[in-house]
Amino acid sequence: MKEKGMWELINANEAAAHAVRLARVKVIPIYPITPQTMIVEVIEEFIAKGLMTAEYIRVESEHSAMAAAIGASSAGVRTFTATASQGLLYMHEVLHWAAGSRLPIGMAVVNRAVGPPWNIHADHQDAISQRDTGWMEFFVSSSQEALDSILIMYRVAENNRVLLPFMVCMDAFILSHTHMPVNIPDQDDVDYFLPEYRPPHWSLDPDNPVDMGNLTMPEEEYMEMRWSIERGMKNAREVFKEAADKFYEIFGRRYEMVHCYKVDDAEHIIIASGTLASEAEVAVDSMRKDGRKVGLLKIGLFRPFPQEETRTILSKARTLTVIDRSYSFGYGGPLAMEIRSALYNLDERPKLVSYVAGLGGRDVTYKDIEKMVLHSEKEEGKNMITYWYGLKERVRSSGFEEVI
Amino acid sequence: MGLSKELVLPISKPSRGASGKTGTWRVFKPVIDLQKCVKCWQCWLLCPEETILADDVPTVDYDYCKGCGVCAKICPAKAITMVEERE
Repeated sequence: MKEKGMWELINANEAAAHAVRLARVKVIPIYPITPQTMIVEVIEEFIAKGLMTAEYIRVESEHSAMAAAIGASSAGVRTFTATASQGLLYMHEVLHWAAGSRLPIGMAVVNRAVGPPWNIHADHQDAISQRDTGWMEFFVSSSQEALDSILIMYRVAENNRVLLPFMVCMDAFILSHTHMPVNIPDQDDVDYFLPEYRPPHWSLDPDNPVDMGNLTMPEEEYMEMRWSIERGMKNAREVFKEAADKFYEIFGRRYEMVHCYKVDDAEHIIIASGTLASEAEVAVDSMRKDGRKVGLLKIGLFRPFPQEETRTILSKARTLTVIDRSYSFGYGGPLAMEIRSALYNLDERPKLVSYVAGLGGRDVTYKDIEKMVLHSEKEEGKNMITYWYGLKERVRSSGFEEVI
Repeated sequence: MGLSKELVLPISKPSRGASGKTGTWRVFKPVIDLQKCVKCWQCWLLCPEETILADDVPTVDYDYCKGCGVCAKICPAKAITMVEERE
């Protein structure tokens, strides 16, 4: 078979912009923020050069960006925006409104630490803090995944069994500013995979006026509408599989809600997402050379959370090392909490040890991951501690039990 | 493409009183003295809830009038008084 597409050496920001061009997005209200600004610039360049036709709206804030995206999507066209960190936090209120209105808006989130203090580096706190907004969240580990998953997620989001917005999450700088070879799909193939968006449920039409989000009393259908969002999320798991199969058929690249690496015979499985998970692949290979049966489960889809898949794969292991790059203050690592909860109904549960590492972009190498794996081998797993890995000596020397 | 029953949307058709009879929110009600009314229709024009009906003379739809008092304030003939609701 003749190889399809065209290879380019680009970073994930550029890859996201290519996805937006290929998806023939019609309206892009967008506000720049480091490290996402390049997405803004490249899309603008595509439009200026006539490579894509879209309404590009220079808004005055991220809150306005999402509000304008809601307006555009309500008018019935494919809509996209991108942000990071404080920008995403500023959108929070409107994110709920987008999901509640059942608008399949697409967004790239370049995961960056939240302040204070100011920090522009890789950290998942921004996206994890939007967990309950009704947005689907997909974490990627390469520029290729950034491009492909935007196309896949539009197909999922616009499906009439889902109709929910999505964010594709990619690590600041490690992905957003690092160049790697990316296959840019052919427009014909993308058009076939992702036909023009035609809202199946509702849109703004002067000839057929509707009110969206009008006041609802407790005895009216508020609760039913919240339930309906959950139905959309439930369906999204199935629809994701269908979309990923179709994508594989056309483009030859396979995507899954959870990506497994050497888990079949693994006694010890590492769980992580984003680029930390790709680094964990290196740790798995290195530890397997020493005869340790280690595997990796990379969480792609964080919302809806792939409970069944996670449970099936992890139930065979003896020990789990969960590494979070964000934190839920007052409890622990968010991924670890999800995994614990997914395993609760099993008769025999593997030991789970939770770690937080790499906050604010602090480097986490495969050597660090190996150390966490070895630590969790020794740990009894009876307590609910989330261990803080890689803190500085002046904190470590204080002797607090969670600091390692 | 059929939509399933699981899709419950926050969409409503514009209709009179979509939020129920908002007249029950009223504390003061506008009472028009037709002897003084000059039929300038300023009250009809400025009522934010469209509850002044343009019949032969302006009439208040008390089912939906929230009693904001804009009509009484604007009336150049001082034909509208705000009277406290007793029941």
